[in-house]
Amino acid sequence: MRAEFTVNLVLVLFALLAPFLGLYPVFLMKLLCFALFACAFNLLFGYTKMLSFGHAAYFGSAAYVTGWLVTTRGWGTIEGILAGVVVSMLLGLVIGAIAVRRQGIYFAMITLALAQVVYFICLQAQFTGGENGLQSIPRGSVLGILALSGDRTMYYFVLAIFIAVYLGIRRIVHSPFGQVLKAIRANEPRAISLGYKVDRYKLVAFVLSASLAGLAGSLKALVLGFVTLTDVSQDTSASVVLMTLLGGSGTFLGPVVGANVVVTLEEYLSDLVGSWVSVIIGAIFVVCIMIFRRGFVGEIQRRFRRRTDSP
Amino acid sequence: MTTVFGVPLPAILGQLMLGLVNGSFYALLSLGLAVIFGLLGVVNFAHGAFYMLGAFAAYIGLQFLGVNYWLALLLAPLAVGVLGIIIERLFLRHLYQLEPIYGLLLTFGIALIAEGIMRSQFGASGKSYPVPELLRGGFNLGFMVLPIYRAWVVLASVTVCGMTWFLIERTRLGAMLRAATENAKLTQAFGINVPVMVMLTFGAGVALAALAGVLAAPVVQVSPLMGSSLVIVVFAVVVIGGMGSIAGAIVSGLVLGLIEGFTKVIYPEASNIVVFVIMAVVLIWRPAGLFGKEQ
Amino acid sequence: MRKFMILALGTVLGVYASSQAVAAADQVVIGDIDDMSSVYADVIGQGGLEAINMAIADFGGTVLGKKITVLSVDHQNKPDIGASKFREWADQNGLTVVLGGSNTGVSIAMSKVAAAKKINFFAIGAGGASLTGVDCTPYTVHYAYDTTALGNGTASAIVKEGGKSWFFVTADYAFGTQLQEAATRVVLANGGKVVGAVRAPLGTTDYSSFLLQAQSSGAQVLGLANAGTDFSNSLKAADEFGITKTMKPAALLAFLTDIHALTLQTAQGLYLTTGWYWDLNDETRAFAKRFYAKVNRQPTMNQTAYYSATIQYLKAVKAVGSTDADAVMAQLKKTKINDVFAKDGYIRADGLMVHTMYVMQVKKPAESKYPWDYYKVVKVMSGEEADGAQPDPSCPLVKK
Repeated sequence: MRAEFTVNLVLVLFALLAPFLGLYPVFLMKLLCFALFACAFNLLFGYTKMLSFGHAAYFGSAAYVTGWLVTTRGWGTIEGILAGVVVSMLLGLVIGAIAVRRQGIYFAMITLALAQVVYFICLQAQFTGGENGLQSIPRGSVLGILALSGDRTMYYFVLAIFIAVYLGIRRIVHSPFGQVLKAIRANEPRAISLGYKVDRYKLVAFVLSASLAGLAGSLKALVLGFVTLTDVSQDTSASVVLMTLLGGSGTFLGPVVGANVVVTLEEYLSDLVGSWVSVIIGAIFVVCIMIFRRGFVGEIQRRFRRRTDSP
Repeated sequence: MTTVFGVPLPAILGQLMLGLVNGSFYALLSLGLAVIFGLLGVVNFAHGAFYMLGAFAAYIGLQFLGVNYWLALLLAPLAVGVLGIIIERLFLRHLYQLEPIYGLLLTFGIALIAEGIMRSQFGASGKSYPVPELLRGGFNLGFMVLPIYRAWVVLASVTVCGMTWFLIERTRLGAMLRAATENAKLTQAFGINVPVMVMLTFGAGVALAALAGVLAAPVVQVSPLMGSSLVIVVFAVVVIGGMGSIAGAIVSGLVLGLIEGFTKVIYPEASNIVVFVIMAVVLIWRPAGLFGKEQ
Repeated sequence: MRKFMILALGTVLGVYASSQAVAAADQVVIGDIDDMSSVYADVIGQGGLEAINMAIADFGGTVLGKKITVLSVDHQNKPDIGASKFREWADQNGLTVVLGGSNTGVSIAMSKVAAAKKINFFAIGAGGASLTGVDCTPYTVHYAYDTTALGNGTASAIVKEGGKSWFFVTADYAFGTQLQEAATRVVLANGGKVVGAVRAPLGTTDYSSFLLQAQSSGAQVLGLANAGTDFSNSLKAADEFGITKTMKPAALLAFLTDIHALTLQTAQGLYLTTGWYWDLNDETRAFAKRFYAKVNRQPTMNQTAYYSATIQYLKAVKAVGSTDADAVMAQLKKTKINDVFAKDGYIRADGLMVHTMYVMQVKKPAESKYPWDYYKVVKVMSGEEADGAQPDPSCPLVKK
């Protein structure tokens, strides 16, 4: 417990000081957005074992909604973000209600197919700009007081939201609701026999996950200033699965670490090796599945527990 | 001129014809996927990648090795099938005792690797593969000119699908395969080498995908990304047909190709998603698929 | 515990180290952001990079005593990659000018970054006229050609020959839409009509169903508002389905490399508009020979534009004495451009580089005497004829 606290403290300190250490704030913010996305995904996959193969639908649609409202409708930043989250929540509700009835592979396939539908809607819709996407999204300000156009200010804004959500996810997992989810994951028929309305719990988890993914998307739209079809694409959905698996599903830090590794690899490797990036990422994926099923953080936790477990 | 829904009949017939051609591809690909899932329980996300590798095998054969189209029809599926067997042996075999999600994710990773390698070698734009001499030209059907090659595709796919169905449902070998699916231990107790059968079946399913790739090469241009957009549609088709059913996959593939073609005339923008919408509806109403048995 | 801390620290330092800025204080940094692997890769791609290097060498290798560095990236036709690399190089690598784009959608995204970061951007390869219209910026120069010129050249030639009713197969993004608009304007102005249109996603390889729709419309002309491999695939399919026998194909944008891939057998008789051709005169032939020696293909209009833009930029920097984007732009807009690429060229107030354009017709196989001998000149259009003398009124920069 103490070790985990220390690690988290060190990371937070590092995060707070990062812009002053010469790291590129826009890149750091991108890392935070995707880490948030991965944490949202992990809430579903890690704690209920539901593999949503189309999570980019929520990420991207919130990004589009926020981007459009802030750019063409002149909405304020906070309002825009809230609208994005609401939209992804509703989308999560609709898709979740359909998908949750099935399990395992079928669940994954439904989420995949419906995410494709969302992709094509975004492709056709006028307001998304189709293949061109939305550009030049202004960052606006927090409630008209704190202007966010400066990279450093924006960074701390995003960091604050990230830390708040991260702590929020911890609370959810440790709450009675979270305990029921764990019970469902461990033995669903038993949970049903105990009287829990399992489908309802799963749906709530799904909607929560979708909303937080939407939050990540809205932030990304504001940070980078553009939204494109990539954000609702199959590639992005697959990325977040990879990030979570790599870092360790079912852990708190896992998705964060996984997101950092994947985004950094994509950013810096593509300069050096071009198309080999997908090969490397695919290879890491395969290695994770074959050997490191617990992911980076998961494996470390296991080693650590072994050493401190005294007979 | 007769019209249906306000669209001239020749236009509809033309799109339906093209839909039949696309449907043949769907049927062939779904067949491979259904074989693998039905008999192995593995959701092969790399199916699109094997399709792409089949097309590339044909392309590379032609460009560098002087292998013509007809030879490629035979050799490419063999080569890619062997690759599939190697993957089954080295990777998939170890995941059978885990949840099926892991098999899905592993094949997904394999697909990424395969596509990445081909992309770095050949770039992302399509390479041209010529239609073989014998099949050039077209039939004038009145409402459209149907290239002979496309008619050949329909013929070849339907024949292969039919032969495969017959093999699985009506022969002794097929019976052994089906028995191994239902109860591997019992079948093994009868002296049948189940692991080898599994391996060969995976190879056969993969070979079917590669065959579809060779057939597709002159039509859609050989590109490393040709499989990834197709694989999701094929999955939807298999789910609609029923994931364990061979006949279901074939029939659904053909029918969905026709539906897609029809949608292109009535409401073109929706043609890309009509398959997914149907899949969602089928899954809600009849989760095992139209022809499948609940697992 | 200690091992974990070391591991964590190591990862963190790794991220830190790898993101260190490669700041170029005393250099001129040229960024090449283009499609290197996909639909438009043959038209510019690696050849463009070669052209930039040739230009730097011809210029002398340095300017104002500063070293010239070239950074290059493949944007894969994705606006996010194009825009973020542009921004990153501007923030971290001391970027002074960017050449490239190819894809109109990506170029529009890049031009917005150029405006935000105040960096000169030569949009080469992209056709969309909106780059000097609604999307214009004080830092964008739209160099080689644009959709307006294509419409005035190709569409005009075909309508005047009798092609009055048109059906468009359009690439579904900014470029295709704008090209269709430009051609439509010309068709309507010349008494023709547009019977219908259908949009195909960028990168479509199987055009059969779109072409069937075109055929059933009964139009005389098949307007192909697409480019690169989209264009060659749609033309090949039209041939395969016998549509070229009943409809006249209009190649609204075709490059030398497309004709080369299609072969004269398929492409003969096509009209197309271009800003440059390797076989026009001795100067162009000499340049083409040098290019061919390095790349093994004749240069396209866009690759030569890359060469020309690089030299013009370096000349402007030298004349002004600094890389300040505003000063350089002012200098560029004052200069007459007369080099291997453009004759009587000048940069309009909205950023369009206006210069002589040529309407060509693709030769029949019998008419071609040597490799890459593909075009014959049908009409020479002055810059004003091709694009109009007045700047685009929809550009916010233009004073009314």
